[in-house]
Amino acid sequence: MLETCNLSIADRLNSVTTALQPGTITAICGPNGAGKSTLLSALAGLLAADEGEVLLDGAPLSPMPPRERARAIGYLPQSGEVAWDVSVANLVALGRLPHGDAGKFAVASALAATAMSDFAARPMSTLSGGEKARALLARVLAGEPRWILADEPLAALDLAHQFGLLKVLRAQADSGVGVVLVVHDLALAMNHADRVLVLDDGRLKADSAPEEALSLDIINDVWGVKARWLGEPGQRALTTIE
Amino acid sequence: MNRASLIFAALLLIAVPLSLLAGRVWVDPDTTPNAFAILAELRLPRAVLAVVIGAGLGAAGAAMQGYLRNPLADPGLFGIAPGAALGAVIALYIGVASAILLPLFALVGAGGAMALLALIAGRTANPANGIALFTLAGMMIASLAGALTSLAISLAPNAFAMSSIVTWLMGALTDRSWADVTLATPLTLAGLAALWWARRDLDAMTLGEPAARSLGVSPGRLMALLVVGTGLTVGSGVAVAGIIGFVGLIVPHLVRPLTDKRPSSLIVPSALAGALLVLVADVVVRILPLVTELRLGIALSLIGAPFFLMLLLRMRRAA
Repeated sequence: MLETCNLSIADRLNSVTTALQPGTITAICGPNGAGKSTLLSALAGLLAADEGEVLLDGAPLSPMPPRERARAIGYLPQSGEVAWDVSVANLVALGRLPHGDAGKFAVASALAATAMSDFAARPMSTLSGGEKARALLARVLAGEPRWILADEPLAALDLAHQFGLLKVLRAQADSGVGVVLVVHDLALAMNHADRVLVLDDGRLKADSAPEEALSLDIINDVWGVKARWLGEPGQRALTTIE
Repeated sequence: MNRASLIFAALLLIAVPLSLLAGRVWVDPDTTPNAFAILAELRLPRAVLAVVIGAGLGAAGAAMQGYLRNPLADPGLFGIAPGAALGAVIALYIGVASAILLPLFALVGAGGAMALLALIAGRTANPANGIALFTLAGMMIASLAGALTSLAISLAPNAFAMSSIVTWLMGALTDRSWADVTLATPLTLAGLAALWWARRDLDAMTLGEPAARSLGVSPGRLMALLVVGTGLTVGSGVAVAGIIGFVGLIVPHLVRPLTDKRPSSLIVPSALAGALLVLVADVVVRILPLVTELRLGIALSLIGAPFFLMLLLRMRRAA
């Protein structure tokens, strides 16, 4: 279990308490500047808390040695930066750094899981946006973490790539990995997450199943938008009301 | 050992013996008088020093570019070379520039710059600011050391001191002895070891600092390894040969296309290619038919700057 206990970070997060379950997909939603990426970074152990703490399986995350933490928690930042034009295989192999081995099997499995095996020898600069996103996710999978924390992994992807990536993440959750995603698209969160955290101005406004956390009242309250859900559960679409 | 390392190691194996024979006087071991003395006491220490200094500069450049994720980074950017130069200039200024004291003063200067760099950038509350702080601190140290060096030149007590400072700053391997080799080699090797130790962390930096930290990289440890690694390689190089620019910038550029582009794959071949470049440049300055020998630092800048402009033009066309 990955928990936060009264987690506060000056001007960004205010007393956030939640307990995330392995084997599920949790979406973190909220308006711009609500503290979503801050919460994700703190959960990954990359930001120090001013108050409160993050706990991994009951033990505080901050004193944990960086490599041990890195073996447990895979983090995919929003930037998608790749400074040098390395091959896909070498990029994915970076995920093995916390283990200190080449992990050939894990790298091959990660490439296969993201349908990138045929691209292994290709330089990163020759990939499309969708392929690059898959390669970056494969880098996280290669580390075989117990938690995958991804900051807007679906942004800027076309529909097919969004669903392709979600399928990979769902398979990971089904195998027992805890998946936490920052998601801007509320319909994606509604249809694909098992649980949704809604942040507003650094505070946790909702923390429950998607239908409840993304109720029309909460959307109105947090985003200031009057909206309506269309369709059946699992196939929802959001429309605004003038 | 990767392909690039093999290529440069092979070239170096050919270049070192040839460099011993080349010079204003071409040595023929059978006919040249005192051939053994010339080779053993003059040319060999000079060749070894060129290899040692070039290796240090090449590897430091590769590590710095990996750390800053920028192909324009140069080890000179971090104030260590100007700090070492300032130390040497002080020795020349106060007139204690013996073969032993001058390099020692330069090493103290390099150590001072490293300590200042570590003091300013080493303990940041927010690790995300670490690299920016590190770079800015290095640039400020470089400016300060540069200004103090200029001050020493302008206040030089006599024309001889002024000319010896200016000439020394230009960088050269002329008349270097085994004492210089003994001083620079262990320090450079220790520096190379620190840079080699940082190689996996530098690979992780390819993904940016937050992702690197998520992979278990400790920013403080990485910074310390780089300060020690570049400090020892560049500092000891300046201590025995003055400022030799461009090697740390150009060599990783040349080598990168021959590797798989990972920073860790670049360190060893950059060290070998740096050694080769400084060795060849030193041979060129020796055999040029000029009245006084062209300074190595000037020669490398004369070769380096147009070469770099050509690279930039090619980058512009590719973009």
